[in-house]
Amino acid sequence: MSEAHAAVAHQFEGLEQQRDAATLAMWIFLVTEVMFFGGLFTGYAIYRASYPEAFAAGSRLCEVNLGAINTVVLITSSFTMALAVRAAAAGRSRAAIVCLVLTLGLGATFLGIKFLEYAHKYEEHIVPGLNFTYSGPSARQIELFICFYFGMTGLHALHMIIGLVVVTVMVIFTARGRLAPPKDTPIEITGLYWHFVDIVWIFLFPLLYLVDVHR
Amino acid sequence: MSATAARVLPHEDSGTREHYLNVRYGLKSWLLTTDHKRIALLYLMSITAMFFVGGAFAVVMRLNLLTPEGQLVSAESYNKLFTMHGLIMVFFFLIPSIPAVLGNFLVPLMIGARDVALPKINLLSWYIFITGGTLALVSAITGGVDTGCTFYTPFSTTYSNTHVMPMAIGVFITGFSSILTGLNFIVTMHTMRAPGLTWFRMPLFLWSLYATSVIFVLGTPVLAISLLALGAERMFHVGIFDPNLGGDPLLFQHLFWFYSHPAVYVMILPGMGVVSEIIPCFARKRIFGYGFVAFSSVAIAVISFLVWGHHMFVSGQSVYAGLIFSVLSYLVAIPSAIKVFNWTSTLYKGTVTYETPMLYALGFIGLFTIGGLTGLFLAALAVDVHVHDTYFVIAHFHYIMVGGMVMAYLGGIHYWWPKISGRLYPEWWARLSALVVFLGFNLTFFPQFILGYLGMPRRYHAYPEEFQILNVMSTAGASILGVGYLIPLVYLAWSIRYGPPAPSNPWNATGLEWQTPSPPPTENFETTPVVTEEAYAYETRPLSYV
Repeated sequence: MSEAHAAVAHQFEGLEQQRDAATLAMWIFLVTEVMFFGGLFTGYAIYRASYPEAFAAGSRLCEVNLGAINTVVLITSSFTMALAVRAAAAGRSRAAIVCLVLTLGLGATFLGIKFLEYAHKYEEHIVPGLNFTYSGPSARQIELFICFYFGMTGLHALHMIIGLVVVTVMVIFTARGRLAPPKDTPIEITGLYWHFVDIVWIFLFPLLYLVDVHR
Repeated sequence: MSATAARVLPHEDSGTREHYLNVRYGLKSWLLTTDHKRIALLYLMSITAMFFVGGAFAVVMRLNLLTPEGQLVSAESYNKLFTMHGLIMVFFFLIPSIPAVLGNFLVPLMIGARDVALPKINLLSWYIFITGGTLALVSAITGGVDTGCTFYTPFSTTYSNTHVMPMAIGVFITGFSSILTGLNFIVTMHTMRAPGLTWFRMPLFLWSLYATSVIFVLGTPVLAISLLALGAERMFHVGIFDPNLGGDPLLFQHLFWFYSHPAVYVMILPGMGVVSEIIPCFARKRIFGYGFVAFSSVAIAVISFLVWGHHMFVSGQSVYAGLIFSVLSYLVAIPSAIKVFNWTSTLYKGTVTYETPMLYALGFIGLFTIGGLTGLFLAALAVDVHVHDTYFVIAHFHYIMVGGMVMAYLGGIHYWWPKISGRLYPEWWARLSALVVFLGFNLTFFPQFILGYLGMPRRYHAYPEEFQILNVMSTAGASILGVGYLIPLVYLAWSIRYGPPAPSNPWNATGLEWQTPSPPPTENFETTPVVTEEAYAYETRPLSYV
């Protein structure tokens, strides 16, 4: 390591090995995330099969319009994220910063709309554990659906918040020139994470908002 | 090993040479280290403490069971004792034991790398472990948990008035340290092997750790989400597992065992890996059927994810599910049996010597075989109905967990102790302790097979009088076992200061970890080694260490 990439950590033989390791690590981390969400999806599948009517009724309580807007927002943010990764790899740090900031904005918009939905649920008194007062047929099973709604979207929102923090760090690092090629791997693996969180939402949206539409 | 001191070469004198232990001193140099070898030692100290905490709970239980009335503790306290014993031993000792201590120390050394791929993440995993462990101890000190180590709902969510939350959060947090360790090992083995070290030249210890890591990565997140749901249910009473609210308590059992049965293999696969290193070395023979041993580890990891329902034969799952889980549980015995046959075939016509690591390894084979075969009894639907929730089950899994994993762990600690500490341990004392552990273990747990078969249920603090003789035998065995565990603690600590310096390869073993001085320098190897031969090329090595 004579020409001394300061970028290569001491344990690696070279930049390529370091990049391979970092990318593989992120992929494996995403596998653990799939299993993590998988537990919730399993629970959801079981109860939806047990209580199809209640889940349809519960789904009617979700605001499809806001969910649809959020889906568009999030897919667009994945697009700007992909552009940021490309720009960073090409060494165009200014373009990368612009795209990352756009991603941040879209992510924040998503969370804002999400918060709006949560606030509406609170006003309608259908937050389990806090003020669930729904009284119709099969209220208990509808409460279960709303539990999954909050559990799954809440966990997803937590991942979004972590993503926003990481992307902010990437903006700062890029501005300081610390992620110029060939040191751009952090942006690439941030992109992987962001796309994953996006994909989770792609599954959540139809499962939670479109149950009744689907029937 | 009488001549070992004379074999120390001048440049190997660990007193003057700079190595990972003396490169820096002070608390900060340990708490902020990213050196995989130092992190392994941090884990070693933490889990040793946890082992004796968990052991203390067992001591009180065994003392209580000396008399049929169980006069020592109340039924409520007894519930807490077995819960805390199980949780601490499983999550804070057995699961991290070989992977986090020996694995952290050896993975980079065995593949000829300077460190694991993600050294900071590695240190982070220890801090996560310590955080989770602290919460578990807080839960223990403030009054304990009485749910059993399985946290079954709805008892854990609705009815238990003990400190379930700190313990559940502690286990939840600790899970992430396993995930990070597994992730690190997989990445390290994929990207950082030395030139010439192909997958099929890797030591079998690495294959078993790879399989273990796969389970860590795929299984632990499911435990995390189950505990999260349990926490939500307990705090907000939302109804996920409560039948009164439309939930299904069996769902928790499914999710819990989906992780926890593979986790049982986390508690044996690394031990199998250690034994696969020790047996060829002390039989001076190439391992019999390398490919079979390697792939059986992978097969165990894969099949382990398909057998969880055998914990639920009497829980009310469908008979057809029970049948399928029973068949699959029989299947998982095949790769385990392949390993046992291959180890014994390796011994056949070998030049076998009986140093301490070998004593532990041989003990492992015998005890694991008993534990494994009784596992087949339990996998049979009809037999399980008879012995379910009896001491038969306790004896079965202690033969695997203690007779298997702890024996392998101690064997591995002795085998690599010269490399870890740079010192030789006193062989006579070590052999004695191996013998005491073996005898004490069998006296403790074999009577429990009989007790279980006769129908003594687990988790009770009192029992009918006719079971007393067997229970007294078991308690007597446990005290012998306890002494057997204390002896190594003393002489290994003694050897750090007073043991003779170890040469770089005291066992004349194959493997890259023996080609660097003991203890290794911080960077492990002066130059990156190049591998030119298979693992276990013992036929070409003279037997020169005795």
